Amino acid sequence: MGNPMKIRAANKDGVTEVKVLVSHEMETGQRKDSAGAIVPAWFITELVAKHGDKTVLNCEFGPSVSKNPYLAFKFKGGAKGEKVIVSWKDNKGDSRTDEAAIG
Amino acid sequence: MNNQRRTVLKSGSGAALLGMLAAAGIITPGIALADWNKAAFDAKSMADTLKALGAGQPADSKDVQVTGPDIAENGAVVPVGVASSLPNVSMVAILIEKNPNALAASFVLPEGTEANVQTRVKMGQTSNIYALVKSGDKFFMATKEIKVTLGGCGG
Repeated sequence: MGNPMKIRAANKDGVTEVKVLVSHEMETGQRKDSAGAIVPAWFITELVAKHGDKTVLNCEFGPSVSKNPYLAFKFKGGAKGEKVIVSWKDNKGDSRTDEAAIG
Repeated sequence: MNNQRRTVLKSGSGAALLGMLAAAGIITPGIALADWNKAAFDAKSMADTLKALGAGQPADSKDVQVTGPDIAENGAVVPVGVASSLPNVSMVAILIEKNPNALAASFVLPEGTEANVQTRVKMGQTSNIYALVKSGDKFFMATKEIKVTLGGCGG
């Protein structure tokens, strides 16, 4: 399941800015451990952000996105108290969904 | 790497074909994620990545901005942003030329979402970063060189 995401959403002049900090290892599959064995790749492949029922961002990540990925984007609309829902899925089939209210 | 398999994967973006391949045991369902563009993320060179994204030869545009540090002390965490003033931007991608796989992330922006995204990426070495933006049916690109003093891929 992974640890909860930190999501901040703030509306200013009709535009909502969303900042997401995901907790994930984002292992590239290029690194070797102390025994010389390759550490298998483990990274988020997809991340979807929704405002209510409407998808506002659809991302695909490769392993070269940093550990504990950070993401910021803006969309038109959104009002105080409405929900922003973010879900991700990784290459091992794990997933997680968190939500935050627009402030 | 089996060349024929490459071709099949590239051409077979349709879910039906992927399902067929999965059933035939050529690719296991666990690996064949429904939407993830494997061909694009597996592509090593810039040209192959652009091809897999269907971008062809994007034109350089002043209306696309890549933001990031001139010098990144730690290649494991390099803040990169892409912004564009072009109309109808439906896709944004971040590519790092000298990484093992050029494509770092791609974003699909539905209507109403601004062409302005920021994230953090890993860089193995000093490289040009390309921001690819799809506006209408056309692709545009901008580039910025980021110097890395400490690599972010192992080491």
